[in-house]
Amino acid sequence: MKITSPHMGNIYLLLGDLFKRFEVEYIPPPPTTNRTLQLGIRYSPEFACLPLKVTVGNFIEGIERGADTLVMAGGVGPCRFGYYAEVQKRIIGSLGYNFNMITVEPIGAGLVNFVKTFKKLAPKSSIKEIYKSIKTSFIKAQVFDFVEKKAFEARAFEIKKGATNVAVKHATEILNSAFTPTELGEAKAEAFRIMNAVEKKEEEDYLKIGIVGEFFILLEPFCNFDMCEWLGNRGVLVERSVYLTDWIGSSKENPVAGIGEEEIKKAAKPYLSHFVGGEGLPTIGNSVKFAQRGFDGVIQLFPFTCMPDTIAKSILPKISRDFDIPILSFVIDEQTAKAGVITRLEAFLDLIRARKNSRFKAKEKVVETVNC
Amino acid sequence: MSSSTNKSILNKGSAVSENEFCLPVKIFYGHVLDLTDKVDFIFIPRVVSVKKGTYTCPKFLGLPDMIKAIDKPLPKILSPTVNLNLGFKKYYSTILEVGKLFTQSYFKIGYSYVSALKEFKNTKLKQEEEWIKSKKETSEVKIGLVGHDYNIYDSYLTMNLTKRLEALGVKTVTCDSLPSHLIEKEVSTLPKKLFWSYEEEIVGAAFHWLRDRTVDGIIYVLTFACGPDSLIQVLLEHEAKNSSGKIPFMSLVIDEHSGEAGLITRLEAFIDMLGRRETEKVLV
Repeated sequence: MKITSPHMGNIYLLLGDLFKRFEVEYIPPPPTTNRTLQLGIRYSPEFACLPLKVTVGNFIEGIERGADTLVMAGGVGPCRFGYYAEVQKRIIGSLGYNFNMITVEPIGAGLVNFVKTFKKLAPKSSIKEIYKSIKTSFIKAQVFDFVEKKAFEARAFEIKKGATNVAVKHATEILNSAFTPTELGEAKAEAFRIMNAVEKKEEEDYLKIGIVGEFFILLEPFCNFDMCEWLGNRGVLVERSVYLTDWIGSSKENPVAGIGEEEIKKAAKPYLSHFVGGEGLPTIGNSVKFAQRGFDGVIQLFPFTCMPDTIAKSILPKISRDFDIPILSFVIDEQTAKAGVITRLEAFLDLIRARKNSRFKAKEKVVETVNC
Repeated sequence: MSSSTNKSILNKGSAVSENEFCLPVKIFYGHVLDLTDKVDFIFIPRVVSVKKGTYTCPKFLGLPDMIKAIDKPLPKILSPTVNLNLGFKKYYSTILEVGKLFTQSYFKIGYSYVSALKEFKNTKLKQEEEWIKSKKETSEVKIGLVGHDYNIYDSYLTMNLTKRLEALGVKTVTCDSLPSHLIEKEVSTLPKKLFWSYEEEIVGAAFHWLRDRTVDGIIYVLTFACGPDSLIQVLLEHEAKNSSGKIPFMSLVIDEHSGEAGLITRLEAFIDMLGRRETEKVLV
């Protein structure tokens, strides 16, 4: 059994670690490139959302590398992501490839089924071993997420350009070589030390931007054009609302992002009072939270035709008016080009910087008049 | 009630709604704007689920909030939540809640609900009867029309599809004329249960016709950017290609730029093809 699974940010690190524990061969597909996308577009339905097209491409490239078992996440709706696996099975099957598809349904859809699926994925391990492996791998993935989060904070203020990227690479290497829980504990401390050691300058006048939207686009750098890094390189402090382990974990507290689901729901209530599947409600709730915390702007990213986030997009202008905060929505599909995205981002940065400066001046004026 | 869909409604709707929405939602925005100066209340229920264990499309879940976010003065919006996942008790209490806005009498609310339900059941029965009747007639060409009700019954959106087909001498049957037990049976053959109830109807009806061959062809009407349709299209086309019935299957994707001429050409070609198949059958 040679397993492959689509790319989504750091998920290949998590799966690589997990299947090593299961003693099963795991072949990650090559990093997503334009070829992956082209393959995906050719065989996928026209107005399916971008993640479906990209993941179909990933699967095909994974099979070309020699994989014979495809692993995909399932779901219970109403977002169409939950039905991806069924559709992909038919699309890739009709191309004449021979493969076996295993869909991992969430625990909420039935614990027995969940255990059975993992028993199929790890034929050599006992249920207890499987449980332990998942737990350790998950903790490791969480550390990767914290490293990513720390990188957003460090990149905006780094003195030597590129120092953060070097640190992330170093920390990832150390974490990758850790296997047992004790080793992992040491590696975690070391990784955090490396991340904190990035030299930062003291700056007061910087921009803060919150990133919200659909999880696949947020997590996969190929689809979001490495937006967080781009902004960080321009001295913008970025905070992202979605992290891998928050998304796959069953905890409602979102330990990496640091904001619980109840809080998000409460913040979204005046604008969207019911969940709409996918990231619809979190997008609204997090935007409100970012606005309340005094961020300078919010950027929303989601794939074209995405149902939940399109709903969110139609409500965001109201939040923008109510809180007087600029919100920029990027709708991403296979036609979106990096140059166009960057131009819009530059214009957005200019706008929020000008707003900030004029406000700063207005405040100074008030202080002056008071002094007189 | 707003007037039936027309060009001005569509234009108004697409002007205020997001570009990324599907055509029916844009039209919905248009209908709401059409009503703004005419009424005191607009009734937009939040239909979360109409069958246990399933959902409707996410856009149904967000409709009231989407409309409230329009930057224009609107009448008051009534949006009770219909969610059968929470059980019938909750459903009835929602009905009482809505009824109480208009009358204090529980009897009146109950009576209105029961008579509305009766009316609905009668229509459904009539449709089923028609279907059974049409099943026996084999002389004329019959086409199964599958798609969302809000698409196939909107004559502006489909550019008079049913009438055009009638003019071409074809009889049409829609998916809601099929009894629900048949649909349930077909849907249960899927390896993974669909979690959208309206899509279950579409898939069930199309699968039924593909397998039992009571129609000569199937036309699937879908709108551009519809989320569930984009995926079930794959299921339907895959089944049409691989099922033993060999029933011709055509997907018609409609958006606000669809032209009438293009539609007519495709329909005529499809009907001609059906006609040729018939003559071939006779010759064999």
